[in-house]
Amino acid sequence: MDSNTLYYSLDLVSGSGLTLSSEQKAALQTSLVILKRNNKFNRVLFWGKILGIKGDYFIAQGVSEDEMTDKKSLYSFNCVDWHLLPPATEAMLAEVSAAAKGRFVGDPSHEYEHTEIRRQGEGDEAVEEEIMIKVKEEKRLASTVHTIDKEVSVVPRGAFIKSPHGLVQTNCSFEGLSSLEAGKLSYFLHFTEPQKLKKKSILEMANLNPSIDFLDPLSEDIPKGSWSLQFERGSTVCVIRSLLWLGLISFHVPMTPQHGYIYMGDGLKNLDLPFML
Amino acid sequence: MSEGALNNQREHTAICFKAFMLKNSTKSNLNLYDHLSRLLTKVMDERPENVVDIIEDMSREVKQELLQDKQSTLRDMPLATAAQLLAEQQRLLFSRRGGDDGEQEEELVETPLPNVSELGFFLEQAGVGLGREEMLRVFLALKQLVDSQPLVRCRLWGKILGTEGNYLVAECEYREGEEEEEGNEETVEDEERDGEPRDDDEEADVVEVIDTLPRSTFKPPPVVPKEENRTGVNKFTYFVCREPGLPWVKLPTVTPTQITAARHIRKFFTGRLDAPIISYPPFPGNEANYLRAQIARISAGTQVSPLGFYQFAEEEGEEEEEGARDSFEENSDFEGIPVPEMAESLSTWVHHVQHILQQGRCVWVNLADKPEDDFEEEADEEEKEEEPDEPDPEVGPPLLTPLSEDAETTNTPPWSSKMSSTLIPQFAIAVLRSNLWPGAYTYASGKKFENIYIGWGLKFAGEGYIPTVPTMPQREYPSGPEITESLDPSLEEEQALKATLEEQRAAQEETEGLGEDEEEEEEEDV
Repeated sequence: MDSNTLYYSLDLVSGSGLTLSSEQKAALQTSLVILKRNNKFNRVLFWGKILGIKGDYFIAQGVSEDEMTDKKSLYSFNCVDWHLLPPATEAMLAEVSAAAKGRFVGDPSHEYEHTEIRRQGEGDEAVEEEIMIKVKEEKRLASTVHTIDKEVSVVPRGAFIKSPHGLVQTNCSFEGLSSLEAGKLSYFLHFTEPQKLKKKSILEMANLNPSIDFLDPLSEDIPKGSWSLQFERGSTVCVIRSLLWLGLISFHVPMTPQHGYIYMGDGLKNLDLPFML
Repeated sequence: MSEGALNNQREHTAICFKAFMLKNSTKSNLNLYDHLSRLLTKVMDERPENVVDIIEDMSREVKQELLQDKQSTLRDMPLATAAQLLAEQQRLLFSRRGGDDGEQEEELVETPLPNVSELGFFLEQAGVGLGREEMLRVFLALKQLVDSQPLVRCRLWGKILGTEGNYLVAECEYREGEEEEEGNEETVEDEERDGEPRDDDEEADVVEVIDTLPRSTFKPPPVVPKEENRTGVNKFTYFVCREPGLPWVKLPTVTPTQITAARHIRKFFTGRLDAPIISYPPFPGNEANYLRAQIARISAGTQVSPLGFYQFAEEEGEEEEEGARDSFEENSDFEGIPVPEMAESLSTWVHHVQHILQQGRCVWVNLADKPEDDFEEEADEEEKEEEPDEPDPEVGPPLLTPLSEDAETTNTPPWSSKMSSTLIPQFAIAVLRSNLWPGAYTYASGKKFENIYIGWGLKFAGEGYIPTVPTMPQREYPSGPEITESLDPSLEEEQALKATLEEQRAAQEETEGLGEDEEEEEEEDV
């Protein structure tokens, strides 16, 4: 969520129990301004926090020209000193998913170790080789943030537009969904490169507005029911919780452009979801 | 061409084009000329930044505004939205009941109402909470509960999130003797016990049929008796409500079977108390029972207090020989433990809720013992024949055991502790977070401490949940020679058999029918 409206928006998503203490909020309001200036970001988002056993990571994201792709993630322990996270690459994601298990520790230099047995050669000449993979928690953090963004970042339909040049920018004339629309998952979109859109038939594409509907809607997610949409605060705020990544909360106040998402949780994907519905 | 003529021609073209623009659309009955003039008026009025970039949107807005006026001739029927209904309900929370001003002073002294504002204040420092306004609404809702029920103790237990709605949970204790027994509990138990008599009926019917079906040799394991109200897992009564202002619903008491079943399943709450729990192994009861079972498990696992806040009552120590004392009292001499120490070491915290045994009870009960209750007598006698040896009693850790003795699961320490503030440590509070039950928090500051749970009501699964595999289906019938299919004989075997049969017959003929006509026999043979 935008750092400028953090104070207001945090209150809206606190229904899940986690929030920030006044000390942290005050620190964020100071440090994010400096962060924005030093890194020449257009906008700074407070992304959330990941709970570790010994310490919690606070994550912020800086946005440059393109709202969707030009993002840099930073982490901090005290909400004041920020450190840049390495960009997540395919190789890093594979490494992390193989080695990192269990809860986050809360120490970026903590090393997860994983031994893998690889076979080389064929038939009887196969040589088993043990390969030790070491992954630092910093890398795990970067890939977790990247994966969460990729899988469950949520924006209401129309909040962002894709210009003819391919740039994704905030839609100035977005006035919010109506309360009827806000009750439907199809009006909320994944804020990431669309996966399913390309596979749609021409008939389905006919009704889509190319500048707005350039993202995948949540309603097409598998399994069905991986989102919990509720109205809170006396039905004035639409709150969407991801059941796949417990801790991701997105809010939208109908009829206003207010929207945002935040992740506050232990950074573990809920792989048991199919059993739990 | 003269200038006048040129002007004239230009004017003519302009007029032609204006006429074209004034042409009404057959669909919307609008024309471009009016639309453009409206649009430009709007631009002149509003003078937005970088108009050219947003002109399309403005044009669309102008059209929308036009349509809105004459959209419908039907009269508006204001629908009572959910927001309005809830607001009506919540308004009652804010109304102060008149007339009882005189009694109020008395109430202020002995009310069991907890100080939720204080709780909210401390929790916010710990980075936990529902937001200030919401906390106040919860406070008022608890007040409503305390006013309507005869309670001696009431506490905000926490909040459980569901997929469609959430539950606010209050932990209460009734005044002595005021607890009404509800019929609800009986039905659940009846269902559990009904299993056996029903089987008997079926068997009786089956006997009449000639082809007797095989009987099930399955004997249900004995039902572990429920713990009484005010003891063990049923020590407190729990009330839940979906939103502050909506009525509080009392949860049924929990049975050991429900607790053991809840340990094997992993389900999200839906937010509807009457929702069925579809799971394997099957859960006895609906979501209200599941909720109550999870509350009992979470309470047992995560309710902790600073060391020394509670102490065992002195006179009771002599009576109980087993050492599993279940009652304690507040230690009036407790001075509080320094916050840095509490944040450092887990041995300064103790559990003050009894551990739930494998059996699903806090106090172990010997099922092999013959209970006085004649209802279960038969079942128990049968069972005695089978397993005459006494099972070893299960013993859990005693009450007020320090947290430092909690077991680790999958390399995750069960608790994380920290101080709420690093900048102003003098006034910070100690915060404890459970890693086993994500969402359980405890704070302590001086003599004050409180536990709260806000989460999905699910235990940390570690490596991943492995669902229980369904048991093997029972064999339908005992396999024996009379139902085993034999192999078809080969041609040689058949011919061999035929040959022996003929030989036999020939031998018979020789012995029996010496005097009879051969022709007749031939006919018979055919």
